[in-house]
Amino acid sequence: MGLEEKIPSGFMLTTVEKMAGLARKSSMFPATFGLACCAIEMMTTGAGRYDLARFGMEVFRGSPRQADLMIVAGRVSQKMAPVVRQVYDQMPNPKWVISMGVCASSGGMFNNYAIVQGVDHVIPVDIYLPGCPPRPEMLMDAIIKLHEKIKDEKLGVNREAAAREAEEAAMKALPTIELKGLLR
Amino acid sequence: MSDAKDKGNGSPANSGPDKAASEKAASPAPAGAPEDSQLNDSAGALPASVHAPGEVIAERRGMFGANNGGDTSGYGGVRRTVRMPAATSRPYGGYFDEVADELEGALEEQGVDPAAVIERTVVDRDEVTFHIAREHLLRVARTMRDDPALRFELCTGVSGVHLPTDTGRELHAVYHMRSITHGRLVRLEVTAPDADPHIPSIVSVYPTNDWHEREVYDFFGLVFDGHPALTRIMMPDDWQGFPQRKDYPLGGIPVEYKGAQIPAPDQRRSYS
Amino acid sequence: MSTSHPTAPAGARETTEGTVYTLSGGDWDATAEAIARSDDERIIVNMGPQHPSTHGVLRLILEIDGETVTEARCGIGYLHTGIEKNLEYRTWTQGTTFVTRMDYLTPFFNETAYCLGVEKLLGITDDIPDRANVIRVLLMELNRISSHLVAIATGGMELGATTVMIYGFRDRELCLDAFELITGLRMNHAYVRPGGLSQDLPPGAVDHLRDFVKKMRKNLVEYDQLCSGNPVFKARLENIGYLDLAGCLALGATGPILRSAGHPHDLRKTDPYCGYETYDFEVPTTDTCDSYGRFLLRVEEMRQSLLIIEQCLDRLEPGPVMVGDKKIAWPAQLALGPDGLGNSLDHIRNIMGTSMEALIHHFKLVTEGFRVPAGQTYTAVESPKGELGVHIVSDGGTRPYRVHFRDPSFTNLQATAAMCEGGMVADVIVAVASIDPVMGGVDR
Repeated sequence: MGLEEKIPSGFMLTTVEKMAGLARKSSMFPATFGLACCAIEMMTTGAGRYDLARFGMEVFRGSPRQADLMIVAGRVSQKMAPVVRQVYDQMPNPKWVISMGVCASSGGMFNNYAIVQGVDHVIPVDIYLPGCPPRPEMLMDAIIKLHEKIKDEKLGVNREAAAREAEEAAMKALPTIELKGLLR
Repeated sequence: MSDAKDKGNGSPANSGPDKAASEKAASPAPAGAPEDSQLNDSAGALPASVHAPGEVIAERRGMFGANNGGDTSGYGGVRRTVRMPAATSRPYGGYFDEVADELEGALEEQGVDPAAVIERTVVDRDEVTFHIAREHLLRVARTMRDDPALRFELCTGVSGVHLPTDTGRELHAVYHMRSITHGRLVRLEVTAPDADPHIPSIVSVYPTNDWHEREVYDFFGLVFDGHPALTRIMMPDDWQGFPQRKDYPLGGIPVEYKGAQIPAPDQRRSYS
Repeated sequence: MSTSHPTAPAGARETTEGTVYTLSGGDWDATAEAIARSDDERIIVNMGPQHPSTHGVLRLILEIDGETVTEARCGIGYLHTGIEKNLEYRTWTQGTTFVTRMDYLTPFFNETAYCLGVEKLLGITDDIPDRANVIRVLLMELNRISSHLVAIATGGMELGATTVMIYGFRDRELCLDAFELITGLRMNHAYVRPGGLSQDLPPGAVDHLRDFVKKMRKNLVEYDQLCSGNPVFKARLENIGYLDLAGCLALGATGPILRSAGHPHDLRKTDPYCGYETYDFEVPTTDTCDSYGRFLLRVEEMRQSLLIIEQCLDRLEPGPVMVGDKKIAWPAQLALGPDGLGNSLDHIRNIMGTSMEALIHHFKLVTEGFRVPAGQTYTAVESPKGELGVHIVSDGGTRPYRVHFRDPSFTNLQATAAMCEGGMVADVIVAVASIDPVMGGVDR
């Protein structure tokens, strides 16, 4: 029916990295981290019609110690920011963060005293998901994109090298002010 | 105009609020009225301009928000006086007269001069506002709740308003009282100056105001004397300043997109 | 403790070289012994603000003695968004975009309450077209259903009844489909505008809604079958979160909490707006004062909402959905294009090409907005959670001077202490769920 029938002699060769990536992406445990409107859409994604169970992710863990994905769903206030960080720190490695909705990604329309202008001021973010609130389909798309990312993640020394590379690329990247684009 | 009305309807019972009304109304009326009607001609059909001589709270200049640099718009000379609806004289109409009578009667029974308690009564857009002297707020609240003819069981909390240009009464606390028994709604307004931001707490009468008063304290710095635990409720405990006052900036960071800077909302152009 | 050591814990004495401070604590052995002697099992438990059962970012500080809650306090403000302040920097029309995000489960109530306030300040309450009012009522009742469904669903989930949650969200999707068809968005619609609505119902909406009512009426029975008589469900909810009428009035609790105490107070009846006095519906009450009564009420209120929706559909007459005054009516004519909802290209072509005045008017009204005469007003609507009041102050400008929302969730949440103290820890969840606080509304 599937892959196994196409394997000529019953075994396949792959790398440990690929294997670990496959295992990791297929068993993600999101932490319940609902903040505002997006949290309702996140719950909807878990419920009947959109059925996150298809991706093996319907079990939202109440405890950050048992979770490896944090979906920051909603606006992060100045008062909530330390809590966000604490919950993130409690999660075991490897861990990923989806910043769901514009408020979590950039502060959105709430450019004011109360809201942290992007949760990436507090914790590192892997996937930014726009929308106010994003539809459940959009959240699932973000999750699938994250799966792709996790699948190809490196291990051990390769992981360190990849992190170094990313760091160097970030250092070289032009700041937004110097980007040329639509407005210049 | 308002003076004549005052004399016609004036009775000993309500001379207090009327006196305050005519004092407030007298000064801006002659100069303000014609100018105002000219500027607001597009809004001429709207109801508030009918109340012409109101309580002046601010004055605005120009248009289009061009306040820095030369007057390129040509509208720099436009002056607009901001007036809140003026005090109303009897009859207030509807159940308002009844509420006012009962409240004044009940206060007299308690040996307090109603004129000293109710500074002004404003009826505007089918809503009545009693401006209460702050030292009497607790007594008024208790009377409103307990008097069988008033019986305002439900207080819908307090809303703070900061009017920096309303000198001497910068901070307003606005209470809305609902009587389920009689199906009525009235508004109480209490003011305090910025220099002495104290208002008696009415939590002892309406326990529901507990969080509402904490919220107003948190956002406006109004201190409600007698509140059981007046602490910040929305902002973090160590927050500096009172964020919803007019002198507190909206904050936020300028948004950067492809090199273009979009200023924080409070630094953008505003139409005066 | 102070008896166990002879010296005072802290002291100061003056010497020739200045003040010398002495600090001496008690003996730790003595302290530990004293604690061991006391049979006090009181612990302070901090629940939230991130906890799966706290209904959003609510922080509960519970003092418990064994399993009994002796004191319960709420910590809120973790979702404070500063919306009220933000509103002061936007035009009156843009305000709806902000208020719809306050209590994100009841967007239409927030919008309508705000718009009713603005309309009252403008003095155009009577000029709102009938069709706009009917659609407002229609959407509010749809919204009441979706909000109650989430209340029941999340309440069920917090009890551990996952089926209830799946049912609730399944039916809520039906409501959201209707919202999406009508407004273009699932949540945060900004559909109700000062003066009317942003646009008319799309073609096919009435048929869709009739189907919806039919489907919903069938599905609502399932809540009765699954929960109402279910002994496990009843055992968890009955006599939990008790708050009687006196308590409700003192704490300002409104909505289902007040009605579960037997008082049929409903602003739709006592203080009608949007023409509610012309609709035929009942205000259900129970006299159990507990979570179970509130659950039954929510189910019954959904049934009543379906009745109102049907009446709305029957009385929908063709007509404008925006006030006739062009100084207030948003000049845009929206149309659905390939890139989503936006200004109708025909309309743009028309005003750009044919009428300079129309273009100026459009520009002025969109960028500057209309002016609202100075004054203040308080308008209240009966949201699914209770009395949603809006206090709006205008100083005659193009932007609100101050907007304050008296959110029912905020006020009702104060009842947590009264409902939970003396009960069991596990029942705190049930009591809080029966209040149905939405933190977006509580913190704004």
